[in-house]
Parts: sequence; C-alpha cells; structure tokens
Amino acid sequence: MAERILVLLPHPDDEAYGMSGTLALYVREGAQVTYGCLTLGEMGRNMGVPPFASRVTLPAIRKLELEEACRAIGIQDLRLPGFHDKTIEFEEPELLESVIAGLLDEVRPTLVFTFYPGYSVHPDHDATGAAVVRVIGRIPAEDRPKLLCVAFSKDHVVALGAPDVQYDVRETLPQKVASISAHRSQFPSPAKMSKADLVERFGTERFYTYKFHD
Amino acid sequence: MLPIDPSVIQQRIDSMTGDPLYLHLEQTTGAYAAHFDSSKHPAASFISNIIIVYSHGGISGGGPYRVGLKMAQGWVYCEGLTHYEETESDRLILAGHDNTGKLVVALQLSPKPFGRER
Repeated sequence: MAERILVLLPHPDDEAYGMSGTLALYVREGAQVTYGCLTLGEMGRNMGVPPFASRVTLPAIRKLELEEACRAIGIQDLRLPGFHDKTIEFEEPELLESVIAGLLDEVRPTLVFTFYPGYSVHPDHDATGAAVVRVIGRIPAEDRPKLLCVAFSKDHVVALGAPDVQYDVRETLPQKVASISAHRSQFPSPAKMSKADLVERFGTERFYTYKFHD
Repeated sequence: MLPIDPSVIQQRIDSMTGDPLYLHLEQTTGAYAAHFDSSKHPAASFISNIIIVYSHGGISGGGPYRVGLKMAQGWVYCEGLTHYEETESDRLILAGHDNTGKLVVALQLSPKPFGRER
C-alpha cells in the first residue's frame, strides 16, 4: 500500500538537501505527501546573489520558491501555518502542538519526516523536531506512524550512531536538483555540477528512526 | 554583571509578562570591525525606549542564550546573550559580551524609560 507522508519542517528549503530525493521516490510509488512548513523563513540572511529580495519581499519570494520546489518533488499538499522564523522554540507549546496534532489527525500519516531534536543545529529545527516527538509520543504506541529524522550536527553520529535508514536517490536526482534550484534566493543552483559530483554529494539520504521509550 | 542563570531570567521574563515596558535592543560589531579586519562588515543598530507588551516570553539555549518575546503584532528576538545585571530589581538588563568582554548585543526592559534616571 502506498504511504501517506507528513513532512514537518520549519523553513522553506529544509526539505531540499536532506529528503527531497526520498520524497520524490515515494511520490513515484504513489505516496500522498503533505508538507507542513511552519515558517516562511522570513529572517533568512540570503537575499540572492546579487540580492533580489529584501526583508519585506523575502517571505513572498520564499513562498513561491517553496511552491516550485514542491512541484519539482511531486508534493501534492503544502500547508503554511504561518509561524515566525526563529521563534519556534519560544512559541507557546500548546499552540505549536495543536497545529501539529491537527495535521496528524487530518493526514493520518503512515510515515512522518522531521528533524532529530537536539542534533539539527538551528534552534527552529530542534524545536520543530521536539514538538513533533512530543505530539507523536502521546499517540498509543500501536497507532503511531513511523518517524524518520534528519540529523546533521557535528556530534550526531557520536551521539546517535550511524543513521539506520538510507535511501539511494540517484534515480530522483533530477527532482532533487530541481527542488534545490527552486530556492534561488537561498542557494546557488547545483544544476551545472557533473553527474559524478551530484551523485557523490546528493545521491544518498540518511535518516534515524526515532525510538520512543514506553 | 553575572553570567546568565537561565532559570533566574525566565522568572524575570514571566514576572514582566503583560506589562507595558520600555525596550532597548541593540546589536553592534563595533565601529572598528572593518578597520581591524577588512573582511568584516561593520554594522550596528539600536532602538531605544520603544514601549512594548509581550504575552509570552522565554530564554533558551546552552549559553550564549537566546530570548524571544511574543507580542500581539510581532516578536522581539535576541541571540548571543551572556550576562545579566544582578543588582536590578525592576528592570531586566541582559547583554552579550564577546571573549574580550566587548558588548555585542543588549536586551533591556524597564517600566521607566532608559537614560532618564538622573
């Protein structure tokens, strides 16, 4: 049976490097993907090179870039709950959790993707992952969706061991490259890289299955 | 000033929730940043004695610390805080100092305007 996938990340472009190839693989197999992107990344420092965005225009530009990235990956359903960039760790926990719980209730996912709390560098990443873990942890164990987490802090392998889930995304590299290139205010496009370099840098995506202790 | 104890600061933030407060928020690289290191881009900004009311606030991180204050129409945010003024009872005076002791950021809240003490 095809998966129902819920992706919960704080910033437009958080999906691009870590999981766009995997999501494209699932979409190809018939998965239905909902992506809850909690903020519009409105406090980002990158404005394009040369700069074509401003503090005022950046949120609308990043929303368009995110919509283009979703089309590239094949994500059918994008939700933008409108939290403010950099504030996820300071948000009222009940409000954050109610938005996440609402998406879980509606989508009834078989598989959830987020950041591994504590090992994902940006406070918004850690706070998003922590909120997802809290909400899913309240679901009875037998009903919980599988939770796959991206980690990339310097100490994550020492602390967590090697990632237990790995996807070979060479076949969906065109979708991945298109999703990265969509975020043109944030990244230089990798489209001109050689095939070998693309496979080397972007050909594998790794995740940790989050283990709930109860 | 003393190194920040986050539990002390969280209590102070909680106790000022809902009150009209004068805000001083500042960040600076120092006016000599580019003089000493041409790769550095000198930048500074401050806003002083703006009245705010926040409904929810917190301190976070393992040091240097971050503070976020949620207002009806937006947020106050500050990263890089290291010290607080322990002698202040009505005001919250937070600062971030670099490893040479220089001020990099400041976040201050008070029921009375700053700079009008005399």
